[in-house]
Amino acid sequence: MRIEDKLYLVGYNVDEEGSHLGVSDPEACKKCQGRPCTYVCPASVYTYDEEEQKLSINYDACVECGTCRIACDYITWRYPRGGFGVAYKFG
Amino acid sequence: MRKKDFDVVIVGAGPAGLAAGYVLAKAKVNVAIIERGTFPGSKNVMGGIFYRKALDDLMPDFYKEAPLERHIIEQKLWLISEDSVFSTGIRSEKFNKEPYNCFSVFRAKFDKWFAQKVQEAGALIINETVVKDPIVENGKVVGVRTDRPDGDLYCDCVIAADGVNSFLAKSLGLREKITPNKVAIAVKEIIGLPENVINDRFGVSNDSEGVTIEITGPYFEGMETMAFIYTNKNSVSIGVGTIIEDIIEHKVNPNDLIEKFKTHPSIAPLIAGGETKEYLAHMIPEGGYYAVPKLYTDGFMVTGDAAMLVNSVHREGSNLAIESGKLAARTYLEAREKGDFSAKSLSAYQTKMEESFVLKDLKMYRNLPHLLEEKRYLLTKYPQLIIDSMYNIYNVDGVSKPDKIKAIKERLKKDFGYWNLAKDMFTLWRKLG
Repeated sequence: MRIEDKLYLVGYNVDEEGSHLGVSDPEACKKCQGRPCTYVCPASVYTYDEEEQKLSINYDACVECGTCRIACDYITWRYPRGGFGVAYKFG
Repeated sequence: MRKKDFDVVIVGAGPAGLAAGYVLAKAKVNVAIIERGTFPGSKNVMGGIFYRKALDDLMPDFYKEAPLERHIIEQKLWLISEDSVFSTGIRSEKFNKEPYNCFSVFRAKFDKWFAQKVQEAGALIINETVVKDPIVENGKVVGVRTDRPDGDLYCDCVIAADGVNSFLAKSLGLREKITPNKVAIAVKEIIGLPENVINDRFGVSNDSEGVTIEITGPYFEGMETMAFIYTNKNSVSIGVGTIIEDIIEHKVNPNDLIEKFKTHPSIAPLIAGGETKEYLAHMIPEGGYYAVPKLYTDGFMVTGDAAMLVNSVHREGSNLAIESGKLAARTYLEAREKGDFSAKSLSAYQTKMEESFVLKDLKMYRNLPHLLEEKRYLLTKYPQLIIDSMYNIYNVDGVSKPDKIKAIKERLKKDFGYWNLAKDMFTLWRKLG
């Protein structure tokens, strides 16, 4: 089952006002070996755009586990604003 | 005098925070629980097994009304390779009698129910609110800053129950940065199946009896991984948890791991025809005893996952959380008698925890996380040897049993060496015993 189809099953209350995820130093991504954020994330939030040389962050798919912030020190991670983000039906 | 909004502010409405809130509310303490989700449970995830005892001590017979799935009558451990399974476990009619040992649960439902009980006992639960920072004055925690306008809340004491990512414990310097070798990422799917299909496949007689299977072994290619399948009423919870350091080194994606796991020849038939209802991910603190921080400072105590209280060997966590919340609350009540919320006064919480099963259990396995980190082959080579030996012994192919035993011994000698084998066995015995 594709991750896109799985994430479709997850309930979100997306904060349209902005991302709770970011990168403190975008230059670091350019030099980064292996870019673990692009594969450790269970929701595949991070993709690297080779042409633009930039990390793209699809924050509205984030399930707030925190794996990316453990794998990479440059990722700035905070909780979404109160009431926003993932909302599980089962848990 | 500084304003005081509450006697105690608890951060996080999971099992630790709710247990603390329940004890305090029952003692008529003015307590608020701050939860960032739309309701308690909406952000909360675990594999799904909840042990009765810790909560039953607080709320006798809660299991008769709580939203639970199945009580567990059989717990199995599987070692798996690409094409084989070696299975052990315990099934007992003793587990099939009230008050029951443990249950499969859905946290979004269970925590919501638990929170309702805590609210009825008199605690205030404030949803949709993120705690940004502790408020510290003269070196003492005196409240929390939330993301609400004018959202500073002052109190005698803050209890942190803000989960594995606990920014509170970290900002107060109690907890170090979590390193990738001390935490696992677990992904889970809830797969819907008819009740009778689950009963037949897992060998139970009705929809209240349940089975758990924990699964590890060489199938996971040397990564420290624990997978699981738990039965719910009309679904199964299936998941794979792997140490993040291994995920990074092996360059794998957690969703790809669970997708591969679902195709294993012994797993696929258990979930065949099922429909995925939800996909979830959560970090599990696996550092054990040595990763547990100091549990208190002036005006502050830390509980549950925020204090890394997980016994990964026995996949216990929510019961440790409840016990820690309970003991933190009792420590507050004693401190209140004295009117003293200093670190010295709250250090009684640490003592209570050391005397409880929580830290005694973690202490017993204190060397295991490091051992497994150092000797990953304990999770691959030995299970592979067990699987292959069992296969050979059960496979009738004209080779005599003495020759089969001899071949196993030779392999032991070749793959491990008797001396290393003895050393590993001794180490395991020492570190587990």
